[in-house]
Amino acid sequence: MTTDTTTKDTTAGAPAPGDTVLDARGVTMRFGGLTAVRDVDLTVRSGEIVGLIGPNGAGKTTFFNCLTGLYIPTEGEVRYKDKVLPPKPFKVTAAGIARTFQNIRLFSNMTVLENVLVGRHTRTKEGFWSAVLRGPGFHRAEAASRTRAMELLEFVGLAEKADHLSRNLPYGEQRKLEIARALASDPGLLLLDEPTAGMNPQETRAAEELIFAIRDQGTAVLVIEHDMRFIFNLCDRVAVLVQGQKLIEGDPATVQGDERVIAAYIGEPMENDPGAAEAAEVEAAEAAAEAAAEAEAATDAAPGKENDR
Amino acid sequence: MTTDTTATTPVAAPTASAPTGLIGIPAHLGRALATGGSVLAVVSTFLAWTWTDEFPGDLTFYGYPGGLQVLVLVGGLLATLFGLASYGVKGLGWLTPAGADAALKYAVLGTFATAWYTVLAISFQLGGLVNLEPGGYLVAAATLIALLGALALPFDRPEPDPIDPDETGWERFKHEAGHGWATFRAAFASGSPRPVRTLPSYVEILIIVGILALGLIVFTYGIGTEYDELFVGFLITAGFGFSALNRAGLIAHASQISARHTNITVCGAFIAAACFPFTQTDDQYATLGVYILIFATVALGLNIVVGLAGLLDLGYVAFLGVGAYAAALVSGSPSSPFGVHFPFWAAVLVGAVASLIFGVLIGAPTLRLRGDYLAIVTLGFGEIFRIAVNNTDGTSGPDITNGSNGIASIPDLNIFGFDFGIQHDIAGFTIGRFANYFFLMLLITAVVVLVFRRSGDSRIGRAWVAIREDETAALAMGINGFRVKLIAFAVGATLAGLAGTVQAHVTYTVTPEQYLFAGTTPPNSAFLLAAVVLGGMGTIAGPLIGAALLFLIPNKLQFLGDFQLLAFGLALVLLMRFRPEGLIPNRRRQLEFHEEADAPTVLSKTGA
Repeated sequence: MTTDTTTKDTTAGAPAPGDTVLDARGVTMRFGGLTAVRDVDLTVRSGEIVGLIGPNGAGKTTFFNCLTGLYIPTEGEVRYKDKVLPPKPFKVTAAGIARTFQNIRLFSNMTVLENVLVGRHTRTKEGFWSAVLRGPGFHRAEAASRTRAMELLEFVGLAEKADHLSRNLPYGEQRKLEIARALASDPGLLLLDEPTAGMNPQETRAAEELIFAIRDQGTAVLVIEHDMRFIFNLCDRVAVLVQGQKLIEGDPATVQGDERVIAAYIGEPMENDPGAAEAAEVEAAEAAAEAAAEAEAATDAAPGKENDR
Repeated sequence: MTTDTTATTPVAAPTASAPTGLIGIPAHLGRALATGGSVLAVVSTFLAWTWTDEFPGDLTFYGYPGGLQVLVLVGGLLATLFGLASYGVKGLGWLTPAGADAALKYAVLGTFATAWYTVLAISFQLGGLVNLEPGGYLVAAATLIALLGALALPFDRPEPDPIDPDETGWERFKHEAGHGWATFRAAFASGSPRPVRTLPSYVEILIIVGILALGLIVFTYGIGTEYDELFVGFLITAGFGFSALNRAGLIAHASQISARHTNITVCGAFIAAACFPFTQTDDQYATLGVYILIFATVALGLNIVVGLAGLLDLGYVAFLGVGAYAAALVSGSPSSPFGVHFPFWAAVLVGAVASLIFGVLIGAPTLRLRGDYLAIVTLGFGEIFRIAVNNTDGTSGPDITNGSNGIASIPDLNIFGFDFGIQHDIAGFTIGRFANYFFLMLLITAVVVLVFRRSGDSRIGRAWVAIREDETAALAMGINGFRVKLIAFAVGATLAGLAGTVQAHVTYTVTPEQYLFAGTTPPNSAFLLAAVVLGGMGTIAGPLIGAALLFLIPNKLQFLGDFQLLAFGLALVLLMRFRPEGLIPNRRRQLEFHEEADAPTVLSKTGA
């Protein structure tokens, strides 16, 4: 059933990739002597779902943070719809890029609706004075925000839980709420940082459906994920990041079949096997130490000794 | 060791199955004793407790309770009502929506504490038990019987943790003590109240009016207590009485009803507060009233900064000082170097704007810091203000503030020909100088409450709460953290400055020593923060009640003297241990601190 929908979505429902939304050119991020991301190019076009995969520590999240303004890239630039992104997270959101977090960061003591309303912040203008004076403009804007927020909750399927505290939602729904909150800023590009981490298969499939639905509304999506089946099912294009560099980029089938990708994930023996000698040495030393300890235990049979250990 | 454990478990099992009380009196007898004892205590307040009028309040009359006897009478009546309700008497069911037993226990405990405090105070002050009349003995015996009866009422005991045979004696002692404490707490716990049914709205409004009137009576009584003993008795009775009502579930019902009519409740509260000067015959307690109101208003302003936006500001009193100095300098006071006399509206504007500018100046560099660093820097700025004012006296610096002498003899206000300095007769009531200022201050408080409520429930208020909850996520949601925090800081500063302009006129004189970080008289940064934390962060009623308590307690209990700060510190430590969310908890905060409690899933409003 699920495969049915996904195939239908990828074939019929998907709008043809259009204008470039995100254009990262030569992004390099150095922390002191460590180069976390080196010279990465990535483009995302509207109506596209792009996946970013790579082993742990490959620099995926660092790259993400460069895109969202949390880090300022050491070299290179990131353009969103032909404009260089400002180096502040809130300005990036205002420009049209919204994100979710790897470990959920909801405002846990606010209600579900309030969380989404906070997401509307950049698209509304009412300041302090308007809040105190409560003119007709304030009420109109507030009502519009609420309507939009309820639409989004309807969209992710949380409408009837609007008044619940967000901390009381089950895990999968918290993820959905985070997505709804990100969508509230009407983004042109949605960045999802491991949206299915910790989800069971059913929840993962539901997340898949949701992301397709978001794409069908015209929002481009960039996903970081570990779950290979999920990413190859979902994405129009996949980029692989290994040790801070982009290894390959292409459609899921190409990436899936690429030897270098398999090697990066599973590992392969190095050519000269430089570690072998050391490994043998360590093994030998461990064996010797163990033997010595056993001998000691045998000779020293004092009753208190065993308890001390 | 092992035999011990096997022996204790079967003994513990039956006690867990059948609910019993803390002491071994049969439950039906206990209930009878508690109710009967309370009735007897009520009767005894109509007897004489002592033979001489040397003890304050004159407890020597028959048939006419006075002073502390009134408090015992109130406590006894409350206990009697709860006792009758616990028998299921028809027509009293509404009193105890969450079960009567816990409420009865608290009410009896409160009556017992007040009565025994009185009896002991009489004995110590007059030198021995011989000074008690039969009524005194009777009330002591009656409340003791009632207490014993109440403690015998059954409750659900918590299950003890299974005993681990490997434990050392100390660990076992700790576990047993922990279980004992849990049992003790369970003895005073109550169920959750049933939801209040919808009444016709005029009935609900009448209930709100009644609650507000009760609040006014309690407050007026507290502020008008004439001697230490009466105030202590008042605190005991009010504290236990409030707990009893809370355990009965009445407080929950009252807040549900008032939540349906927030605007009416807020307006009603202001009308009730405005009635306060009319209950007074002279200006003595109106003075206290206006000082409390200044303190409470500033605390409420601080609550925007601390409670909503989560910025710990330890130098907040400086903004009150800026407002007060600004108003004093343009007030036409002879010690002001400017020698100008602005009308009040202009002085208010000058004070508010000066505070606003100061708030932005201090906030702009410091708000880039988070958490503890912000607290330390604001603490420093608070002191800088005081020292700078001290030094701009013409010798160490430019002559602006008259140094440590301050600006003295600030003239009274005169708005539209209404002279605040003299008495006025309104509808047969005499309204003195401080009562005049009380009304003016009430207006300022109304402004602050309005700003707090409206800004809290809006785009900017949600941004404040979001910043408090998770700053990184808030930034990623497009909130300009610095800007939003600066607005909170500036709004807080302006409101404090507003209160400062009135304060300058009320106190005649402004000196740098009024604006310390910590001192013995209330409006100072430490007490302001304490009022917010004690009352409940992020609420409106919390800081108002916290400020009233923090002002009244040192003011009324003169005998505390040098130990005042010690007692204050001790009280704060205890409160933070047992009720970290404050006296009037914000629902959000309460959930934060009591993770284990079953959280009601639905919550309606931001802020208040």
